[in-house]
Amino acid sequence: MRYLPLTPDDRTQMLAAIGAPDVDALFADVPKAARLAGPVDLPMHAGELEVERELSALSAMSRPAGAGPFFCGAGAYKHHVPATVDHIIQRSEFLTSYTPYQPEIAQGTLQVLFEFQTQVAALTGMDVANASMYDGSTATAEAVMMAQRVNRREKAILSGGLHPHYAATTQTIAHAEGMHIVRLPAAVDAEAAVIDAIDDTTACVVVQTPNVFGVVTDVTRIAEAAHAKGALLIVVTTEAVSFGLLKTPGEMGADIAVAEGQSIGNALNYGGPYVGLFAVRDKLVRQMPGRLCGETVDAEGRRGYVLTLSTREQHIRREKATSNICTNSGLCALAFTIHMTLLGGTGLTQLAKINHAKARELKAAVEGAGLEVLTPRFFNEIAVRTKGPAAALVERLVGRGIVAGVPYSRLDPHAGLDDVLLLCATETTTSDDIVALASALKAA
Amino acid sequence: MTMQNVGRPTRPEGSAESTGFASLTGARGLVQDEPLIFELGGWTKTGVDLPDAEEPSDLAGLTRAGLPLPGLSEPEAMRHYVRLSQKNHAIDLALYPLGSCTMKHNPRLNEKAARMAGFADLHPLAPQSTTQGALALMDRLAHWLKTLTGMPAVALAPKAGAHGELCGLLCIKAAHEAAGQGHRRTVLVPTSAHGTNPATAAFVGYNVTEIAQTPDGRVDLADLEAKLGPDVAAIMVTNPNTCGLFERDILDISRLTHAAGAYFYCDGANFNAIVGRVRPGDLGVDAMHINLHKTFSTPHGGGGPGAGPVVLSEALAPFAPAPWVVSGPDGLKLVEEAVDEAASAFGRMSAFHGQMGMFVRAYAYMRSHGADGLRQVAEDAVLNANYIKASLSDVMTPAFPDGPCMHEALFDDAWLEGTGVTTLDFAKAMIDEGFHPMTMYFPLVVHGAMLIEPTETESKRELDRFCDALRALAAAAKDGDVARFKDAPHLAPMRRLDETLAARKPKLTWKDEVATS
Repeated sequence: MRYLPLTPDDRTQMLAAIGAPDVDALFADVPKAARLAGPVDLPMHAGELEVERELSALSAMSRPAGAGPFFCGAGAYKHHVPATVDHIIQRSEFLTSYTPYQPEIAQGTLQVLFEFQTQVAALTGMDVANASMYDGSTATAEAVMMAQRVNRREKAILSGGLHPHYAATTQTIAHAEGMHIVRLPAAVDAEAAVIDAIDDTTACVVVQTPNVFGVVTDVTRIAEAAHAKGALLIVVTTEAVSFGLLKTPGEMGADIAVAEGQSIGNALNYGGPYVGLFAVRDKLVRQMPGRLCGETVDAEGRRGYVLTLSTREQHIRREKATSNICTNSGLCALAFTIHMTLLGGTGLTQLAKINHAKARELKAAVEGAGLEVLTPRFFNEIAVRTKGPAAALVERLVGRGIVAGVPYSRLDPHAGLDDVLLLCATETTTSDDIVALASALKAA
Repeated sequence: MTMQNVGRPTRPEGSAESTGFASLTGARGLVQDEPLIFELGGWTKTGVDLPDAEEPSDLAGLTRAGLPLPGLSEPEAMRHYVRLSQKNHAIDLALYPLGSCTMKHNPRLNEKAARMAGFADLHPLAPQSTTQGALALMDRLAHWLKTLTGMPAVALAPKAGAHGELCGLLCIKAAHEAAGQGHRRTVLVPTSAHGTNPATAAFVGYNVTEIAQTPDGRVDLADLEAKLGPDVAAIMVTNPNTCGLFERDILDISRLTHAAGAYFYCDGANFNAIVGRVRPGDLGVDAMHINLHKTFSTPHGGGGPGAGPVVLSEALAPFAPAPWVVSGPDGLKLVEEAVDEAASAFGRMSAFHGQMGMFVRAYAYMRSHGADGLRQVAEDAVLNANYIKASLSDVMTPAFPDGPCMHEALFDDAWLEGTGVTTLDFAKAMIDEGFHPMTMYFPLVVHGAMLIEPTETESKRELDRFCDALRALAAAAKDGDVARFKDAPHLAPMRRLDETLAARKPKLTWKDEVATS
């Protein structure tokens, strides 16, 4: 077998060195009743060609986003990733290394994490960021639980503009940890309801901008209302490219900013792996979950980097840890960092403007096709009202080679918003794609 | 001797620089010093070519003032990150014997497959009629995981091992609540457990009680029996355990647990030792996460992303979180909401469907090995660990000398007594010999623990090279060559780093010190 270096001769010699008659003797501690006599009922080993053939066939059964006009967003975004990014993340030294527990031989990974943390802090307008989380949704749940550690309150208010899957994830995880989660009804413009819901027992409010309907909101007023009651403001962003253009969570008064970083450097991957961004104000650092990389010096006084503040973490604190998290999303964070370094602030701003311009083109075309656009101020996503269920419309348009977006009912079937369709345009969307969509919508 | 500000020697005797040779520029041959991107000066530069765009006139008052982040041209970026990469140890360079972490070869076929457009360029919310290939792959992966573990169900959603633990305990909690047993508040965890076990149990609101360990490194059955009571919701046991030993009494452990009305959560971090030879379902396990990045070779990537699907018993399966794949009249379908057939699902673990990119890699690995090859994987992993144990036992002290170990060999530091060398020093000296250190000081139940996991993808030649290096180091330690260890590493890209300073004055982002001073 191509992944196993030992030859039968090696095995014989090694067993002799150990003093074991056969390999079964090494499994002597397994109760006899639980030992399998032979291979389980699955296919036997296969050569590289055969495996590649099977996987290619499976891949060909799906329609990739790049196969034609495509307008899905809602938490995952189709962007162009420079070839350089994928090349570097496949270098052995990055791909096949582990968590940098031995900093003397992991400075590559550690310096990248330090650059990543600095980039994320700048993008979100916050003071510090951690070395990444699993994804944006789990980062949101962790942020809510962190708020409870900060102000010892148990109620979290989730805005009606928060992605329903983020809300469900937060409900599941933070509720398990003992928090009381108040999920406000879905609303395109969610600001007033959020402010009304804040009271003296509120640990935090969670608002998303641009929200799941695409609405860009200046959350400064929500921040003021939250802070007046001693609550924290958590700002969620699912489209990281928007950081290139929009007012930052930090500028608007966020205490914690979380985001999905997939848009920068990472493929769609059918939902994972992605990379959660997590940034806070300086004073909250020691309540943060997840890994942190910090600067220090070596025994010769040279600058270097280590994982730090690990007394917050499970391997030291066990049941008293700030989180049970044991990993970050290292390789995805690397991809993010490289892509961000290629873009620079200049490039990301330009990219964000292109995305926004494409969305304006999309909005005009959809309105031209006679559909009502529900999103007043948007970045690269809009919500529209469809004639009849949006899910059925999407299925009909698939038949015409167009993936017209995400029906809101896919995210939350109980919201009564079956006629709402979420559409997204990015730099990968062409004018021809938009024209094709508009004419299909007219015909549908 | 130069000291830095926390009293550490900054220029130990015997350092590489005291050999007398210094380059004219301070460079060290191919090992390049590399500044941060923030120091490379590209504050207005970009390495991408984008078309012009209109100004966003409709976002007045909603835009940011500027974005102060540097950019680099493509050649500069390539050089920056390639230089950084060369400061990392990697499994592709040499044996990486981190016990419990399973650093095995990462086949590149897996990388190629994960990048196929039908997996990588697939949106999680695309109409399911357009994602049938991905759903088929998830379905096949689930079948393999269930068959290999002898368990009837699997939740694919968890994004890492600890996320899987959370998923498993939430299933257990939901099952107890459904049965009117919500008053059970305690989770029993052996003293040798991974830190994530007690952290996860506490996270879900359980009280954590430790189970004692026997002198031969297993769960103390009498102590377990004494602590199992009407308050216990679950036990969390790693098997093979973190001492690298199979729990001989595993069938009694599960019988006693079930008799007390509790569930058996197995930490599957070490499944690679038994895959194809033992099915956890036959051991009475109710829930077990599988670290796809350990047993099934998906790359560790410098610390993630991982993937932690959880296999579940019949009793727990109804509570599994959405989404999962079912077969219907129109092909495969994702069940995404906790309604109808999923009414008792406990909730949602993350926004989408789990780590698809890792599913593809793990499946490619399983298909390549097949049922026969996976069995060989476990055998070779165990053989390699026992070979290391046998090769080093006369110079180092195995923590549990009697009987075979499983996939990892555990040593204590008794053999270093009186040498002035600690486990940490010894590990750092391994770096100079070209190897990554083993896991140190874990499990906590063994003094100065050194946990060595070679995995099945090491050749006999590499194992011999490794053992020769450790034997030479052991001899040096016993001969009083203490400076070799105390000042190690000498030959790494960096000398020993000051972690105390990093924690005392945390500097977590780059700041322009000229501008802020």
